Amino acid sequence: MEQVIGLITGILFGFLLQKGEVLRFEKQVGFMLLKDMTIIKFMLTAVIVGMVGIYACYSLGWIALSVKATHLGAIIIGGLLFGFGWAIAGYCPGTSVGALAEGRVHAFWAILGMLVGAGLYAEAFPFLQKTVLTWGAYGKITLPQVLGLSPWPIAVVFTLIGVACFIWFEKKGL
Amino acid sequence: MNLSLFASRWSPYVAGAMVGILAVLSVVVTTVVIDKPKYLGASTTFVRVAGYAEKVIAADYVAENTYFAKKKVKVDWQMLFVVGIFVGALISARLGKTHKIEKVPPIWEQRFGSSSVVRAIGAFIGGVILLFGARLAGGCPSGHGLSGNMQLSVSGLLALVFFLVGGIVTARFLYGSGGQSWNK
Repeated sequence: MEQVIGLITGILFGFLLQKGEVLRFEKQVGFMLLKDMTIIKFMLTAVIVGMVGIYACYSLGWIALSVKATHLGAIIIGGLLFGFGWAIAGYCPGTSVGALAEGRVHAFWAILGMLVGAGLYAEAFPFLQKTVLTWGAYGKITLPQVLGLSPWPIAVVFTLIGVACFIWFEKKGL
Repeated sequence: MNLSLFASRWSPYVAGAMVGILAVLSVVVTTVVIDKPKYLGASTTFVRVAGYAEKVIAADYVAENTYFAKKKVKVDWQMLFVVGIFVGALISARLGKTHKIEKVPPIWEQRFGSSSVVRAIGAFIGGVILLFGARLAGGCPSGHGLSGNMQLSVSGLLALVFFLVGGIVTARFLYGSGGQSWNK
């Protein structure tokens, strides 16, 4: 059952990624060159809508959160490494698979590279666990906890920032 | 606004908002049906597939690796989710007639030439580095960028900022300011 739900969710997600045109190398690198904000429009809208929905359901006690731990050192180094590789490959893990489906055959090599990268990470993990992953480990923290606020004012601020960005992007034709 | 399944594109705002709804529905449905909230994410699947591939050659070695043990090499919700991305994108591209065989993307070609071999090497190297980075950071733009930020997690926000900064700086260095003939 778990797998069936996963497949259906993935099909809908892949469909929306493709219709939103965010699977393309040109759109991903186009953003990194600050020439085309399609992927940011897509992502920020998804986050804003999702944030409201997740916290509404959470407040009602319907769902649990699943927050990833904050390891400052690992997030900074890993995040920058990701960005470095992302600019070269032009795809992230989720979009690479969809890009292959829409005919961007070079995404195949990126996917192969990602599998090798995953294997290398598994090799390096025992070492990283003793070093980088211990640097600045704060556990599973959220902004409402850290700021001592209800999630709603934070959601409002994020939404306003998002909308301001969207207005600016549209004005500039980005 | 054309939201036909046969349209070549939907507004990124509309498609993005639908992804937001899908992400919430996914958590609610999985909580009800399998009693585990499933937030969208993709990069752990690459670890599991790599684990399966290595198992073919050295099963004991994979069994002893602490990271594979931690992530459990199995066909789970997320692996089928990633398979689904392929299927969904294929359906959308076929219906919208936007399927296009591309061996070398234009921005890349302007900088590194039209060789599909050079592009393949670049894509491969980029893939190796980005997945290593994603696993070190604890997620990718799906797990951290979308799911993390929807939950207002500190890790999600920080990871997204460093993903974007790393990408912007590297792209500027790699492709220059983007080329004159480049268009949307």
